[in-house]
Amino acid sequence: MSASKGLPADIAIPESTARVGTPAWQRAVWVVLGIAVAAAPIFVLESFHLFQLTMAVIMALAVLGLNIVTGYNGQISLGHGAFFAVGAYCTAIFMSHYDWSFWATLPISAAVCAALGFAIGFPALRLAGHYLALTTFSLAVAVPQILKHKSIEDWTGGVQGLFLVKPDAPAGLPLSADQWMYVVTVIVAGACFLLVSNLIRSRIGRALMATRDHPTAAEAMGMDIGSLKTRAFAVSAMITGIAGSLSAVAIEFVAPDSFSFGVSISLFVGMVVGGVASVLGSLFGGLFVLFVPNIAEAISKAAPGVIYGVILIAFLFLLPDGFAGLLRRVAARLRR
Amino acid sequence: MTTTRRTLLGGTAGVLALPGLLRAQESPGVTASEIRIGTTYALSGPASAYSLIPKCLTAMFKRLNEQGGINGRQVNFLVYDDAYSPPKTLEQTRRLVEQDKVAFLFNNLGTPTNSAIHRYVNQRKIPHLFLATGADKWADPKGYPWTIGWQPSYRTEAQIYAKHILEQKPNARIGLLHQNDDFGKDYVNGVKDVLGARFDAMVRTASHEATDATIDSQVVSLQAAGCDALVCGIIPRFASQAIRRVFDLGWKPLMFMSNVSVSGAVVIEPAGKEKAIGLITSDYRKDQSDPSWADDPGMKEWRDFMARYIPDGELGDNNYTYAYGVGLTLLQVLRQCGNNLSRENVLKQATSLKPLELPTLLPGVTVGTSPDNYHPIRHMQLQRWDGRGWVRFGKVIEGAQV
Amino acid sequence: MDGLAHQIVAGIATGGIYASVALAIVMIYQATHHVNFAQGEMATLSTFIAWSMVQAGMPYWVAFFATIAVSFAIGVVVERILIRPVANAPVLTMVGVFIGLLLIIGNATGWIFGYTTKVFPSPFASEKPLFGGLVSAHELGSTAVTLTVLTLVWAFFRFTKLGLAMRAAAYNPRSARLVGIRVGWMLALGWGLAAAIGAVAGMMVAPVVFLDPTMMLGILLYAFAGALMGGIDNPAGAVLGGFTVGVLENLAGAYVVGTELKLTVALAIIIGVLLVRPSGLFGRVVFSRV
Repeated sequence: MSASKGLPADIAIPESTARVGTPAWQRAVWVVLGIAVAAAPIFVLESFHLFQLTMAVIMALAVLGLNIVTGYNGQISLGHGAFFAVGAYCTAIFMSHYDWSFWATLPISAAVCAALGFAIGFPALRLAGHYLALTTFSLAVAVPQILKHKSIEDWTGGVQGLFLVKPDAPAGLPLSADQWMYVVTVIVAGACFLLVSNLIRSRIGRALMATRDHPTAAEAMGMDIGSLKTRAFAVSAMITGIAGSLSAVAIEFVAPDSFSFGVSISLFVGMVVGGVASVLGSLFGGLFVLFVPNIAEAISKAAPGVIYGVILIAFLFLLPDGFAGLLRRVAARLRR
Repeated sequence: MTTTRRTLLGGTAGVLALPGLLRAQESPGVTASEIRIGTTYALSGPASAYSLIPKCLTAMFKRLNEQGGINGRQVNFLVYDDAYSPPKTLEQTRRLVEQDKVAFLFNNLGTPTNSAIHRYVNQRKIPHLFLATGADKWADPKGYPWTIGWQPSYRTEAQIYAKHILEQKPNARIGLLHQNDDFGKDYVNGVKDVLGARFDAMVRTASHEATDATIDSQVVSLQAAGCDALVCGIIPRFASQAIRRVFDLGWKPLMFMSNVSVSGAVVIEPAGKEKAIGLITSDYRKDQSDPSWADDPGMKEWRDFMARYIPDGELGDNNYTYAYGVGLTLLQVLRQCGNNLSRENVLKQATSLKPLELPTLLPGVTVGTSPDNYHPIRHMQLQRWDGRGWVRFGKVIEGAQV
Repeated sequence: MDGLAHQIVAGIATGGIYASVALAIVMIYQATHHVNFAQGEMATLSTFIAWSMVQAGMPYWVAFFATIAVSFAIGVVVERILIRPVANAPVLTMVGVFIGLLLIIGNATGWIFGYTTKVFPSPFASEKPLFGGLVSAHELGSTAVTLTVLTLVWAFFRFTKLGLAMRAAAYNPRSARLVGIRVGWMLALGWGLAAAIGAVAGMMVAPVVFLDPTMMLGILLYAFAGALMGGIDNPAGAVLGGFTVGVLENLAGAYVVGTELKLTVALAIIIGVLLVRPSGLFGRVVFSRV
């Protein structure tokens, strides 16, 4: 990683300009199609695969959060696992100690993570490149330590963690707990994806990318870089935190060991293979980090970690700009 | 662990919904020629040192299958990687149960990882046998009847040490050096069990993270605090460091080491055999590097097995002796099951083992269970390092009564 | 008993470990302007190679220099095969490749050499511990080795043409190419040297912390922090940074918050320092042009 250079400037622009002229009815068709694709697994997959898919969508949402700050805004973060953990613990604490419903805990974990992200955004104003990578990585290492500290053990359950229960499907809906969990995840994630893709296509989104590519020029044009960067961190942390909340209920258990720095690394890998600064790429990234380790394991039981590393590098050799880069190239060819 | 009312209600609801599902197939994972058994282990990532255990178990099942299997059935042992991450453990366990349809789970690794599947397997009534963790919580026949541990709990071990300290030095100042996770915290809990209200006055604790480079600072702090007894709940690499540093400092506390980290070849020799003189532990296994077991028939059986099935294995690593013991325990269960390999019967046999001596366990230490006793190994014996090997002293202690 | 002095001495001893790895990080940064996250894992692999040589009966110093040579070769090969193809890819992709490298080397080491803790010999053996047992002869000796390597690195970049060419290649590849520097080979050379320095660090660290595949996992973060704190473009600063992190961590653990949070507090302090001096304590401030 380089200390001062941002990303090549042309990366996300094609997507943001291409959709400007899309008529409303076409967008409606896309939305309907999206809902159909998202709903199909409920009827097609058995519960284990549905559970896997739920986890993949959760990871995708977390990757999306990371993408906002690192992909679109160019501030490298190796510590988004920390926000994932905080979101998960917020939900777990309120559900297991105070019997809150899952839905009620969502705004709280979103708010807490946004506030935490905002706070982390401040040192990020002065630190860039490696220094920011260290700061965020430190956060990822520190959060599990803090979570198991004895002073808050009564809330967090210390090293033993906390147990909670998946929400049941509302009476009248003939869905199993796994199916309902998938529906919940898709609704929450879908809303976040929509929110983010609108945000990215708005004035704010363009300002984010301008700050990433030409900070000084952006400032000269009157953008408040400080507030943009800290707010990008806040939104990013919020989205990843919401993903954490979902993961807590889907697993029905949180413990410090669930949030080692490996989670941050996974999210980063998901972002890179999906495609930096791409909303759709995040979805692919989530699928990648959930399913590829299983593929690696199927190839070799002796050293699945080695195989996973090889697949990752091979993938990046073939598609250095990730899955989204491939999509863009295909789209460009079709349009020609 | 926090079990709320909602948890219990949810659990009951799940159980009520399931019998219909189960009846569809009489004994899941069992055919006329095969029985399928599953486990989850860290095969990748920092905890993959434990992957030697499933490697050894796989070899034991291979030996069994070569000898004709069990009751004419071959054992098909499925091992999945969870990288020691609880969410992944749940995913892999669900794969084993729902996709591979294993008969039961055996020897899954780790406390946080098994916690993540604890309720799932109990709701579905899947035997979750002889886990590779020394936490105390697995012995809960009323709340979680389908889960059972195997080795003596770390907490019991720490209780033994605390009792011994009180006998030897009633006014000791105890230093407690532990890893900052569930494993290390169990040593704190065990000492607390014995000392009760006196804990704060008598004990100074110092923790370290698994990722720390050294534990010098912690050792120095405990020495400076004037401790004259030292209990260590740490893993092998740090155990060697601690033994060496305590000796080099000229500090001579009454020192106790977790039996996770007492292998003569792996822990003591790297630190220096003479530096560990006087070190105390309480173990249930024979230390394969101890010359006094050189002609022991039990250890010879284990060595022959290693030579034949894992010729490249490092004989000094006591994960292999652990695995051999737990593997033999399961074989006994399978033998007792006879032709009835239903989940109910597997659990019934696993929880009614008559005291069983195993070749890799110390004389006098037996494996035994009953429907209300979920501590398969309760015995341990104190032993002291004399510069060449472990010398047992005192009588075999039955841990559950401490 | 002077607890404070003991904590400081123990911190310096541990800091020496961080310093030696920090030096390898600075080396690769100087040569390529990247931080290789797999640096620690590569060093562990090198140490295992040295261990196999010693096991095979090779005298210590022969194994020592043979390992340096082998590690240099590994570094060059890794650069040529794995890094070169993505040289023009976005920076974040590069980080992804480093992560892949970390996974491969970290997991392969355990797979090849086993997970059991190994004893790695020290060339500075002595029976009598120094300073009341706080510092072993090995720790003094390895500090001397770190300082020697530091001097060599500094002299290499400062006084040799090759060192200058390498700096130029990292700093401005296009201009460097125009003046006839073979930029590609300079980068490969940088990887080789960093791997060699990492190997030295690994062989010095292993007798203290004992050798197993996860030996460097925790150390890398501290070393990274030390390198950044001292200034990532300044080898001497990085070494000093490594020692500072070691002492700081011990003092935080012993006197400020207790050992459960010592890493957290140490990192918070380091980040605080960086906020005041964003290029590290001894780093050069770089101005960028628009």
